Formats: sequence, structure tokens, C-alpha cells
Amino acid sequence: MLELFLTFFRIGAFTFGGGYAMISVIEDICVEKKKWITHEDLVNVTVIAESTPGPVAINCATFVGCRRKGIAGAAAATLGVVLPSFIIIWAISLFLDRFLEITWVASAFRGIRIAVGILIADVGVRMFRKMPKEPLRIILAACAFAAALLTSIFAWNISTIVILLAGAAVSLAVFLAAERRGGKAGEKR
Amino acid sequence: MIWLDLFVGFLKVGCFSFGGAYAAIPLIREVVLSYGWVTEEMLTDMIAVSESTPGPIMVNLATYVGTSQAGIPGAVIATLASILPAFLIILLVMAVMKRTLDNRYVQAVMRGLQSCVIGIITAVGCYMLYQNALGPAFAGAADLKPLIVGALLAVIYFGSRKVKFLKKGLSPIALIGISACVGIVAFGLL
Repeated sequence: MLELFLTFFRIGAFTFGGGYAMISVIEDICVEKKKWITHEDLVNVTVIAESTPGPVAINCATFVGCRRKGIAGAAAATLGVVLPSFIIIWAISLFLDRFLEITWVASAFRGIRIAVGILIADVGVRMFRKMPKEPLRIILAACAFAAALLTSIFAWNISTIVILLAGAAVSLAVFLAAERRGGKAGEKR
Repeated sequence: MIWLDLFVGFLKVGCFSFGGAYAAIPLIREVVLSYGWVTEEMLTDMIAVSESTPGPIMVNLATYVGTSQAGIPGAVIATLASILPAFLIILLVMAVMKRTLDNRYVQAVMRGLQSCVIGIITAVGCYMLYQNALGPAFAGAADLKPLIVGALLAVIYFGSRKVKFLKKGLSPIALIGISACVGIVAFGLL
């Protein structure tokens, strides 16, 4: 149990660059070195992680921990992976406000804010490129884009969650309609 | 009751952050701004800090916002609330419903969610650019610096992908580093 915690603590402390960087480290440690899970397991959990909410790293830690030692193991691994970033951010937040008051730091952050915008827009565009090009998906993505952008610009009171749920509902409705039509065609035959 | 607000707010974030670290940013932004916990600028700065420190962005932001509102207890509550849904769902998937995710209705819902997430992330990125680079230029034609900095950074970032020895182009951390230097020169020295 302690080993699970410490292993994931280490993984959490040294993986910069988000969830996918972490997967390669988990592969190296949990599959190759410790043989806690198989490579197929890891691929499966990555797929599950993509279709469930939450960061991939958390999903993986929970999965490996649960495999090894049940729910207690899952808790140990998950807390282990979260704790390093928790401590680091907490330490930073203690002095960030004062740090930002320094003139040249403030100038630096004006530049950084623009970079963050570029990074986030780029991630969105790259995800869009990777998305299967079904008409419905493209329409939904475009509508969500328009809705979210207009909401921000005009300060409308539409929640992101509402947009997400609407998209899910439309997708399900279209699927059900298509299935019903398919079903009736089948009966006639 | 700030603790309860933090818990509920970040539980919402945790429940709906489909599609990786960046997917949580629009939700966090919305929750945090609607409660007035942190300013928009502060949040963007914190996203940059999260990019440059280890750990998932969502967890980093939860910790930061929690600390700023209610110290260490706040940080613990916000962080736990944000990871709780992910934790429970994986346990649930492992215990009973491995096949549920293959269910075609669930798949249809997923397709809808994923498509929307992509649109929303792109919109948030564009809006941040609008605010920090384009906005000031529209407001007063005198201040074109942010626009020029934005264009310069975009050229550096996307151009770096075409440079052979960099292969995948600059990493996000590298871009943040460069943007800090450009910011100091453009907004501080010039």
C-alpha cells in the first residue's frame, strides 16, 4: 500500500506536460518495471479515461491502485498522484500575488496570457482535426464553439454544462431517430 | 458557506471534464468567475503556472482557487471535489459496468459530449486571445503591442513545427518561457 502511494507520488511529482506524458511514465514503471498491470490493461484504461470525466492521470492511478489493493489501494494511488501538485501549487499560491506586483513580472505575464490563449485554441483545433468527420459531430462542435464564444463575448448567462448536455441530447436523439427508421425499414423487409 | 460552495463548484467541474486536462478549463473558468473567486486575468496566469508545474491542470487550479478562498482546508476540499467523480467512475467501471461504455446509447451521448467539448475549448482559447491580444487593439488603436506580441508568438509556435530539428515543435512550457521574455521586452522595456 505504501509502495503504491510512494510510486504514484513519484509519478505525480515528475510528470510535466499533462496526462499523456504521464501515461508513458506509468507504462514504464507499472507495466515494465513492477508488472502491476499489463500493457493491454493500460491501453484499456486510457480508452475508458477518455470517455469518462477527469484527468487521465487520476483515472490511471485509480485503476492501478484498485487492481492491486482494492478500494483502499485506489485511494492510496490517487492521493499519491495528486499530492505533489497540491503541495507545489499551494506553496506557489502563498507568494504569487506579491510576485505579480513586481513590474517586470507583470509585463512577463501579459505576454504569457497571450501564449496561454494560443495554447488552448491550438489544443481545441488539434482535437477537432483528430475527431472523426461525421456531419453531426462537426455541426455540434461548430454550434458549441459559436455558443461558447458568443456567451463569453456578450456575457450571456448560458452555462457550459447546458451546452454539453444539449449536445449530448441532440446526439442521442439523432441516434434514436436513425435507429427507429432503420428498425421500421427492417420490419417492412 | 465557502467550503460548501467550493465543494459543489469543483464537483461540477470534475463531473463534466470530459476529454482531458484542457476540457476542464472552460468549466473552471465559468464556476470560478460566476462565484467571483478569482479574476479572469489571475486565472489565465494560473493556467500558465499550472502548465509549467507537474500534475493535471484541473487539480492545480482547484488547489489554487481553494487556497485563495479558504486556505489549506479550502484547497483540500476543492481538490478532493474535483477528483472525486473521476475516482468513483473508474471504480464503478471496474466493478460493474465495463460493458456499459460499449452500449450504443452511451456511445451516442459520448459522441455529443466530445464534439461539444472540442468546440468549447476552441472558443475559450479564441476568447482569451481576443481579450489579451485583439481586445486592447480594438479599444484604442494606440495600443497595438498586444496584437503584435500575439502575432509574433503564433508565428514562433506554429513555425517551430516546420523546423526539422525540433520535430514536434516547441513544447507548451517553452512557449510560455518565450512569451514571458517577449512580454518583458514589449510591455516593460519598450
